[in-house]
Amino acid sequence: MSLFPKAGGLRRTIRDTIRVFNRNKTSWAGLVLLLFMVSLAVLAPWISPYDPIDQNILERLSPASAEHLLGTDHFGRDILSRILWGARISLSVGTISVLMGMAVGTVLGILAGYKGKYWDYMIMGVMDVFMAIPTLLMGLMVVAVLGPNLVNLTIAIALTVAPRFARIARAPTISIKNRDFVEAGRAMGFSDLRIMAGHIFPNILGELIVMGSLWIATAVRIEASLSFIGLGVKPPTPTWGGMIREGFQNILSDPWISIYPGIFILITVLAFNMLGDGLRDAIDPKLRNS
Amino acid sequence: MSKELLKVEGLQTFFTIKKGFPNPVTHTVRAVDEISFHINRGESFGLVGESGCGKSTAGRSILRLVEPHGGQVHLSGQDVLAMDKDQLREMRRKMQIIFQDPYSALNPRQTIGKILAEPLHVHRLGTKGEIRDRVFALLKEVGLPPEAANKYPHEFSGGQKQRVGIARALLFEPELIIADEPVSALDVSIQSQVLALMQGLQETHNLSFLFISHDLAVVRYFCSRVAVMYLGKIVEQGPVKQVFDEPLHPYTKVLRGASPIPDPTLSKKMLRMEGEVPSPLDPPTGCHFHPRCPDVMEVCKNQYPSAISVDSERTVACHLYSQKQG
Repeated sequence: MSLFPKAGGLRRTIRDTIRVFNRNKTSWAGLVLLLFMVSLAVLAPWISPYDPIDQNILERLSPASAEHLLGTDHFGRDILSRILWGARISLSVGTISVLMGMAVGTVLGILAGYKGKYWDYMIMGVMDVFMAIPTLLMGLMVVAVLGPNLVNLTIAIALTVAPRFARIARAPTISIKNRDFVEAGRAMGFSDLRIMAGHIFPNILGELIVMGSLWIATAVRIEASLSFIGLGVKPPTPTWGGMIREGFQNILSDPWISIYPGIFILITVLAFNMLGDGLRDAIDPKLRNS
Repeated sequence: MSKELLKVEGLQTFFTIKKGFPNPVTHTVRAVDEISFHINRGESFGLVGESGCGKSTAGRSILRLVEPHGGQVHLSGQDVLAMDKDQLREMRRKMQIIFQDPYSALNPRQTIGKILAEPLHVHRLGTKGEIRDRVFALLKEVGLPPEAANKYPHEFSGGQKQRVGIARALLFEPELIIADEPVSALDVSIQSQVLALMQGLQETHNLSFLFISHDLAVVRYFCSRVAVMYLGKIVEQGPVKQVFDEPLHPYTKVLRGASPIPDPTLSKKMLRMEGEVPSPLDPPTGCHFHPRCPDVMEVCKNQYPSAISVDSERTVACHLYSQKQG
């Protein structure tokens, strides 16, 4: 694979990476938590005790008990079951939209930072306009054009996230393009594409990963608010954000309806952040080989 | 093949700066202003001057890493400034650069092997095996062990990184290497090693160097001819020995005075530099050096002196000498 194989080969590279990952125990905790969340989502059909949309008016608003581990909501639906099923949508919309926004934003940000001048004015001008549009309005626009469904909801969130990543990518690109190794690349006859993709991108990836793990949290939240006004996932399909919104009606008397899905969002976000920090260190050769 | 490898004539590189709000004023910095010199095959040519005098910009303009605004650059008779993108790519294989700061010259995310192999891949110079052999041969030539190929830049000292930089400059077997302060970021003890390496390579590869430096002692050691720059212009050029031992231009004299010589009896004869380097945004009228010149005359304040050939090899741009001739 590599032109200059190390003694021990690929196995050693992986071992070095794992070693850095190991140095920070919290990154393992993040990984384990995240895998736990993903397995809950995957196994939802088998492990959830009730049908998540099955209403049982007689048992509505009942607190946690042996029958309903996390209680029921105002329609008498089992909250634990709804959380497990909701994890499927919330996790996938959150990660996919951030990955999409990250891809688009990073490409545009590097392009703007590296090419400068007109490219910079044009790209960042458009990004600023996108940033000025409130998320809900962006959602409305996308849904009005493309129609309301899960894919378009993801696209709407990605459009909100992309300008943030363009900014995050642009600033370090400008500082790195003035370093001598970029100039050396030009003196070697490297194309702009090779310099941007092969030399600038690996040097800003650490920042992007950390930002991405933070934005997944926000994406889950945005999904909640868009679903709430009927622009994404329609009730009664459970999503974490949607559950928090629904719980607001009874927040004073029965707060758990909102609190339990909130705790799951919190744990997920925390897991992504801890994992992101560990990943950033693991891809840094300075830490990997020392 | 002619003796002359690189010929630079009237090279100009300007930068524009917008200053002020709400009515920005455009300033033009004449970083390199009509400089002319030539470099022969197998020769080391020095370019010296204070920081900010435009010597690095001159080097980068010749490579077209910075686009010059005027003048001519010929490499083995080919017009460099008239080349299109593809021709420029080919030309850059004959002309390479070594950077001052070895820390920023190497991509921290690439191994040394990748740094050296990538340019060969890009230009499709050989199969994987050939490229690998070439990289190992180059590492050996600059005095690094083959294991270095698997290491990352941060695992090396400044001097070792500079060796990698030199190996990279040699990848395409260039004819000319522009060395932009190649040793000024290194410890003095390492400087001599790297200079010796460069000298050895110059002999084995028949290289020419454009050696940009502010260190007169290093230039004296390394170069045969030298040009002295002040605020974007060459004030004096000629063989190193003559220029440094019997300087003609007052600026060269004070520059010599600022460079220490290990001989206590000479101390009283040294000229001291007065004042600061003027802002290149707003250079003095006439001769740029006149506000600091010990021999300033009335004519210096209004008119820039043209370069005068003192003998076949030396030129100086100073009114002191134009009057003697005229």
